[in-house]
Amino acid sequence: MLLGKVSGSNRRSKIRRSWPVLVLVVLVGQIFLAACGDNTATPVPAATTAGAATAAGATTAAGASGGQVIVGLITKTETNPFFVKMREGAQKEADAKGVKLLTAAGKFDGDNASQVTAIENMITAGAKGILLVPSDTKAIVPTVQKARAAGVLVITLDTPLDPQDAADALFATDNLKAGVLIGQYAKAAFGTKAAKIAMMDLNPGITVGDLRHNGFLQGFGIKEGDASIVCAQYTAGDQAKGQTAMETCLQKDPGINLVYTINEPAALGAYTALKAAGKDKDVTIVSVDGGCTGVQGVVDGKIAATSQQYPLKMAVQGVDAVVDYAKNGKKVSGYTDTGVTLIAGKAVTGIDSKDVQFGKDNCWG
Amino acid sequence: MREMFAGSLNVSTLGPLLALIIASIFFATQSPRFLTGTNLSLVVQQVMVVGTLAIGQTIVILTAGIDLSNGAVMAFGTIVMTRFAVDFGFPPIVAIVAGLAVCALFGVLNGTLVTSLQLPPFIVTLGTLNIAFAMTHIFSGEKTVSNLPDILIFFGNTFKIGETAITYGTVLMVLLFLVTWFILRQTAVGRHVYALGNNAEAARLTGINTRRLLVIVYSVAGLVYGIAGMLLVARTEVGDPQAGQTDNLDSITAVVLGGTSLFGGRGSVIGTLVGALIVGIFRNGLQLMGVLAIYQVLITGVLVILAVAVDQLARRRQK
Repeated sequence: MLLGKVSGSNRRSKIRRSWPVLVLVVLVGQIFLAACGDNTATPVPAATTAGAATAAGATTAAGASGGQVIVGLITKTETNPFFVKMREGAQKEADAKGVKLLTAAGKFDGDNASQVTAIENMITAGAKGILLVPSDTKAIVPTVQKARAAGVLVITLDTPLDPQDAADALFATDNLKAGVLIGQYAKAAFGTKAAKIAMMDLNPGITVGDLRHNGFLQGFGIKEGDASIVCAQYTAGDQAKGQTAMETCLQKDPGINLVYTINEPAALGAYTALKAAGKDKDVTIVSVDGGCTGVQGVVDGKIAATSQQYPLKMAVQGVDAVVDYAKNGKKVSGYTDTGVTLIAGKAVTGIDSKDVQFGKDNCWG
Repeated sequence: MREMFAGSLNVSTLGPLLALIIASIFFATQSPRFLTGTNLSLVVQQVMVVGTLAIGQTIVILTAGIDLSNGAVMAFGTIVMTRFAVDFGFPPIVAIVAGLAVCALFGVLNGTLVTSLQLPPFIVTLGTLNIAFAMTHIFSGEKTVSNLPDILIFFGNTFKIGETAITYGTVLMVLLFLVTWFILRQTAVGRHVYALGNNAEAARLTGINTRRLLVIVYSVAGLVYGIAGMLLVARTEVGDPQAGQTDNLDSITAVVLGGTSLFGGRGSVIGTLVGALIVGIFRNGLQLMGVLAIYQVLITGVLVILAVAVDQLARRRQK
């Protein structure tokens, strides 16, 4: 009994020692197989830069495909309704056109590294084109260049790269115009009444946020630093942060009567703060986005007007453009405006707007 | 030689290794593109930054500590490197050394606070996480630094083995793993790290200067984060103040998946490499299959719990 036990543990320790060798054999075998697999594919161009690894992958992949066209969609995050809608639209269009859609997203807004990884993986997967909503408009540029060098059509959706022509094309809302529309609406609604403005901005250094911000000022007819702007806060487009920001602004100046918000979550957050302070009836909130929750905010009178944009259109047109490239080799270029519409609870004379019913019929999320 | 292998690839490393192999076989059956040299090289390239961070994390965790600050410290290092080189016009080498130095200094700070104030590493590094994060954003002015000199992106360059292009950065990462493994397993300092993690009081009584050892461990970890930052810059070709935000958790995930015990004293840095590769393989494989990214997060969560459960079971059986 005792003897058996000893020999048993001996055997076990022998197995323990030989395992690593076995594992190594398997691993080496894998690498060997992998190398063989690669040899059968089309020749790989010379690799000298960091991009070459990915570029090589793409060439190999493209050579080996020939079946279904693959379209990639990379959004900023997985969970924002705007991007969910975009993904749904892209999926529907991909199904309709009989192409395969791969999707990926960053872990948080601003997560460049995950988007770099996603682009690399999609090139390897043999994607013909990638639709990208860049998290960091500058940081992603070198990776986009690698994808394009590998023959992949890269279209940015919603947000331009810095510089814009680093991608093949841009399908997006004119964010400056979106801001101008709500600025003009606010101006018309206020008339000669003096405005005390709070700006609920996005985050520093993000193009979309700057464009909407500047558009609003332009539409309202004032310049940055105007005395009527009594408060400006960053909200990251987040409802809870929008609420905190508005609370802070009310502390600074309780007389605020006009609130610009980067998007409707920030607007609804600001509304909550205003309501808690008993000021919701005296303050006008204007916003951008046109999501279904946002339009409902207009219906409920929480938000006066919002500029509606169309993520579905961006996605559908993006998929179509990649399919066109795959079938006919035709590359889209430049900027395609996917449209923006002013949705107002109460129409104001002299300002072209649509009613909430139109907003509901065309909303996303 | 055989003994050395047996020492490093013990049971706690074998589990993860098996998981890695099984996952690889599964993904190979799902996508013909998975098991190509190019793709596998890509996966290693993708885990290079978190893998390197995880080397530092491993030695800290082996002392029964934890480092929440590593992603933020790395990000600060990258911004120092890139701004010094691009905006201030220092020679690239000087810029790199400056970046490595600030990361190492953060390590010294962590180690000193842990030992002198007798604060839990969790709290100390939570504090330095915020400090490094803020300093990154202040120093960068929220701007991404582009147009880097060639030397800063050297480790993103490739050489070829057969048809497969491999980046110098991945070679550096693998070398770092091997060196760390050797030091931990074959030198007195390495033994002391394990002893300290197993029982700090006993280690002190045997004559190990545990305070000095802890400061050294955190400082070396900091330096390693600087190297990770150098690799990050080479990989993305920009200095990005947003980078590294969740890399601290990813590095802990790699350590845990690699079978190193969060209670200290048990585990292997080679296991950490395997753990990092598991995350990379899943992300890549699921992506090639066309699975939504959110499921990658889900699966990673399940894997982490499984890994810790296996560790606990093994521990109970030992007792």
